Amino acid sequence: MKDFLWLIPTLPFLGACILIISGNANLPRRAVSIVGCGSVGAAAILTIVIMIDFLTTGQIPEYTVIVNWFSVDNLSVPIALHLDTLSLVFVFVITFVGFLIHVYSIEFMHHDESFARFFAYLNLFVSAMLMLVLADSLILMYLGWEGVGLCSYLLIGFWYEEEKNGYAARKAFIITRIGDTALAVGLFMLFAELGTLRIQDILTLAPQQWATGSTTPVTICLLLLGGAVGKSAQFPLQTWLPDAMAGPSPVSALIHAATMVTAGVYLIARMNGLYVLAPQAQLWVGIVGAITLLIAGCSALTQYDLKRVLAYSTISQIGYMFLALGIGAWSSAVFHFMIHAFFKALLFLAAGAVIMALHHEHDMFKMGGLRKQMPAVFATFLIGSASLAALPLISAGFYSKDQIIWLSFASQQSNIWFFLAAVVGAFITAIYTFRMVFLTFYGEAKTSVSHMPGNLITQPLVILAVLALFAGFIELPHTFGHVTLFSDLFSTTLPPVTLRPNVESHEWIIQTSTGLLTLVGIAMAYYFYVIQPKIADDIHASTIETHRFWYAGWRFDSLYDAIIVKPILFFARVNKHDFIDKLYSALVELSEMMSALFSRSQNGILRWYIMGIVAGAVIIITFTLIITP
Amino acid sequence: MNAAIADQALMLAGILFVLGLISVLIRRNIIFMLISVEIMLNAAGLAFIAAGARWGQPDGQVMFVFILTMAAAEVSVGLALILQIYHQLKTLDSDAADKMHG
Repeated sequence: MKDFLWLIPTLPFLGACILIISGNANLPRRAVSIVGCGSVGAAAILTIVIMIDFLTTGQIPEYTVIVNWFSVDNLSVPIALHLDTLSLVFVFVITFVGFLIHVYSIEFMHHDESFARFFAYLNLFVSAMLMLVLADSLILMYLGWEGVGLCSYLLIGFWYEEEKNGYAARKAFIITRIGDTALAVGLFMLFAELGTLRIQDILTLAPQQWATGSTTPVTICLLLLGGAVGKSAQFPLQTWLPDAMAGPSPVSALIHAATMVTAGVYLIARMNGLYVLAPQAQLWVGIVGAITLLIAGCSALTQYDLKRVLAYSTISQIGYMFLALGIGAWSSAVFHFMIHAFFKALLFLAAGAVIMALHHEHDMFKMGGLRKQMPAVFATFLIGSASLAALPLISAGFYSKDQIIWLSFASQQSNIWFFLAAVVGAFITAIYTFRMVFLTFYGEAKTSVSHMPGNLITQPLVILAVLALFAGFIELPHTFGHVTLFSDLFSTTLPPVTLRPNVESHEWIIQTSTGLLTLVGIAMAYYFYVIQPKIADDIHASTIETHRFWYAGWRFDSLYDAIIVKPILFFARVNKHDFIDKLYSALVELSEMMSALFSRSQNGILRWYIMGIVAGAVIIITFTLIITP
Repeated sequence: MNAAIADQALMLAGILFVLGLISVLIRRNIIFMLISVEIMLNAAGLAFIAAGARWGQPDGQVMFVFILTMAAAEVSVGLALILQIYHQLKTLDSDAADKMHG
């Protein structure tokens, strides 16, 4: 299987090249869809073949070199891939969910003029993302990291005719750049300290080089965390993701929910050996996650725009993953990543179908009653929501999130605040998720349905819905079932979580109470938004200030505007005629002046020249006479 | 040749040289300037001869032969240039040939 591994990132890249070169005009739409979906589909099939191979034989192609970039003396720099179970899970999600989203896009984007451009960007994104998770060295990973950032920028601003889309794209690019800079500095430090950027070498060298908790690994880990925070839209760099919803819905599903925004989770999980050496930095990962999941959850409660609710819920769920990473529950974070990719892609795609059906209406309060009009979309959206809200027992989201909540109580590295944040977050999630469901699909119809989704839209939804329901059963808690198929995958790649002594007996209490809390949240949403909508209005009116505060995403945008953007603009205005330029223009003026002065002496009159020669000779002779004793 | 005569010959050479130089500087007619340059060359030649005679060495006379040859060549080139200038400008005033000012 080793021979095929290099094809997985290469195929989507080739697809992107073909589509970019042919452009919108030269290929019929049918050919564009075949190239766009086919390349990702082939990569997905290859991934599944490798997975089956792994599951039956236990063998995994570990290391393979695509090309030798250059080799000088005894230094050789290969472009090499490294596949282990951690990257296998990511590759599976990227290619498989990516393929479904590509298929969905054929119908969703069918009337768009730039059909080929869209698929070219999507293919390029998939290729870069695969490079990111398959890279053997951090440099190659950084290439993928920047590649997905570029594609994110291109796709948020896909409809660039509208100015606000371009603004959202630039905002996403610039804010993630802050994190990327931290990541780059972290990589430089790693290279300066260890002399290598191969991930496997780093993980073996680091424990020999540094004692646990010493300053260098803590600094490096915090810098890497900075990169992860930017890419994964975590506090304090979370402000770009809600605006990124300006892109088409499939883009939100693929990039801003399922794959790219979880690159930070991948980075930290991949570097687990470093974080084990830096417990302080790991604590900060957890703190960032806990803060983010709460503030994003609160913001999601107050949004009107369907896609913005989903955006904030994405930030919040990635907060859960960071929390899990922070308490050392590595495989739980990856498990939640996978389940989240299924149900959040499903929710975004279903939301896209709803928005398309309602003439691009985004406001949930203008929707309603779609339950009967769009039954297929309703059913799949409900399953996705159940998974997001972690509806006990029947949804996949329950098993992944419950594991994180339980470990935030039981893990050695956790504390009571993490546990409280996780539980409160779960409650808020249940409320905002079902607020969204009830507002969109229940009540009276307020906007007429114009366009019923066809097969290419509903089939990916159904497949994802099946996964969002049943994918959780590969990992069941100790209290019932006790299936550990998923965490067994990571027995060699990720360290296990250490539990505090004597906590196992509490597990069922916590599970039951969080399950009940979710049900209470759903019931509250039902009561407020279906039975007694007046109460929701009353609460809204009485807490109008808080509501506005949360609606604006805790006013982080205004804060950054005031403390960063405004001062920079002020300085730019003051320094419009760059004062450093003055130095250089003065140099130019000086030499022009001297040139004018000396060109006067060249007057063309021969006798002046002779005079000059004589004067020069006299001066030289005089000097010689003075100097020689 | 004794030192006193050599001193006087060098003094004469210096005076000739300065006279030539001054007339190069103050004359505007190109032919006179050329003649002045010849005077300066002959002054230099006289200095060589005097110095060679003072030290009893042949080098001074060798140098004078060189200067003589060089002066002949210079005069031929110089006269050709003067003819051209006169042809172009219809005057021998060197200040009229100031086309190449900066």
